Amino acid sequence: MSKKLKIGWFSFSCCEDSTIIFTEMLNDHYAEWSKVIEFQHVRILKKNNMLKGLDVAFVEGAIASEKDAGKAKKIRDNCKKLVAIGSCAVTGMPSAQRNLFDEEKKKEIAFLLERFKLAEKVVPLSEVVKVDAQVPGCPMSENDFLAMLESCLKEFGIR
Amino acid sequence: MKSLDISIQDMSKMEGHADLSVKVRNGIVQEVKIKLMENKRFFTQAIRNKPVQAIPQLVARICGTCSIAHTLCSIKAIENGLGIEPSEQAMNLKRLTMYGLMIRDHALHSYIFSLPDVFSKDSVLDFEGDKTKFLYDAFDIKRAGNKLSTIAAGRAVHAPFPVIGGFSKTPSQKELKGILPELEKAREKIFSILDVYNECEINYPRDTNFTAMCSDQFDFLSGSIKTTSGLSFEEEEYGALLSDVALPFSQALAYTFCGKPYMVGALARINLNKNALHKETKRDAKKYLQRFPSKNIFHNNLAQCIEILHCIDHASEIIESADFSEEKPPEIPRKECNGEATIEAPRGTLYYELSIAGNIVKHARIVVPTQQNQVNMEYDVKNLVQNSLKTMNKKEIEYAIEKLIRAYDPCISCASHFLKVRWV
Repeated sequence: MSKKLKIGWFSFSCCEDSTIIFTEMLNDHYAEWSKVIEFQHVRILKKNNMLKGLDVAFVEGAIASEKDAGKAKKIRDNCKKLVAIGSCAVTGMPSAQRNLFDEEKKKEIAFLLERFKLAEKVVPLSEVVKVDAQVPGCPMSENDFLAMLESCLKEFGIR
Repeated sequence: MKSLDISIQDMSKMEGHADLSVKVRNGIVQEVKIKLMENKRFFTQAIRNKPVQAIPQLVARICGTCSIAHTLCSIKAIENGLGIEPSEQAMNLKRLTMYGLMIRDHALHSYIFSLPDVFSKDSVLDFEGDKTKFLYDAFDIKRAGNKLSTIAAGRAVHAPFPVIGGFSKTPSQKELKGILPELEKAREKIFSILDVYNECEINYPRDTNFTAMCSDQFDFLSGSIKTTSGLSFEEEEYGALLSDVALPFSQALAYTFCGKPYMVGALARINLNKNALHKETKRDAKKYLQRFPSKNIFHNNLAQCIEILHCIDHASEIIESADFSEEKPPEIPRKECNGEATIEAPRGTLYYELSIAGNIVKHARIVVPTQQNQVNMEYDVKNLVQNSLKTMNKKEIEYAIEKLIRAYDPCISCASHFLKVRWV
């Protein structure tokens, strides 16, 4: 069997719009992708996922807690290349909108942040782990993602 | 088994992240907790003090898969509050937008998430032989739904054209008619999965109060709230009938309706309103419709596939008779008001209440379907585990729980970010 690009798809605080765009892109691209891509860790498509030894991790969403930061680091440790996907991962927004709340709104949500051990500020992925590349957009642009995937396939010697 | 401690974390094949905890002691299920961390992104606070014009796009970001439902429900609440009545053309564009969402989102759930459970496979990508056709059928149907929303509303995710009072851009006749062959192709494909779900023996029977907004067009956007217990309410009454159930382990609120657990979603809609389906859907789905009303939660999948057929049929009829022209949305009046609205999102009744003053949102209450189904889901998981303790092993019970919860089609992105399945 020819070598395939081992990818993972992950999400943190976000609306998962880019995950939906990704599942929609399968409509037109799966027949071709299945020849060159191994969907090694894609929770929206399967249960038996493996984190270890990923070539590329695509990560959607902003980081809103220590726990999520820990998970992001674990993903980083298990992939060769990490790509931030979508606006929340790249800029933090709109998931980071609570960072900009006025005092009144901050006071309202304070007990929830404390009870659920959420961080004081929501941050983009790059503040927690090294990000090698990004596909911005809310949701991500399909063409930009295609170009990114193509460059990954070349980088890892699949094409 | 007398005592059981299992942990399933981050359940697969559903929208968002999900954990759940179950505790069995002395052969009795003592506890089922579904943890939904709604408000993690604090949207109800974030939209306060924002101008009404900005709301439809802001709330779209609550959920990637059903963003269109949030956009259209917020628009309807604002229109109801400000006394704006959309034109018939705007209503038809809303219907096409909504039908595109239903076709795409139901296909994602019924093919990609739930169908592997029927064939005891991990993933639709693992299907082999003659079953691979279902993967490509899923792609064709999702694509048709995606294109329908894209043509009517500008995009299938975070649609830009729907605005308060109408649409900022009207699709051309040519664009609209261009989608008809794809809808027709999708229509042909849906019958094989209807047969699969019709013949499937997975059965999660459940006495509950099914609740849905029903109209004689079955358009997900209008009508009154009906229940299988025989009650009927106007949409403005809905909010007052929902009671918060504070769950100490979850930052999301769960809800009861008229003080009792209930179920919303496709199964509820078909159970309550199957006679209002499109005439061609009723003709061609006759044998499947005989299953309803059904108490089997797994029939939610069958109900979703029937709705895909209905959406294709009604969308095709609207497009064939459409004579759309550019139409400027009306001026937005300045008024102090309280706008309430319900629509039927893919997963069930979605409720918005927006208090508005000087065109600024002063207060917001948003109740999503998954929060409404949560109490029902916990009861069901409890019964399922209790009834399976003597006949299944731990792994089998775990799988059965996942199948059951997936059948509900929960949307954790909407309701929260977490649902942990953890046996304590």
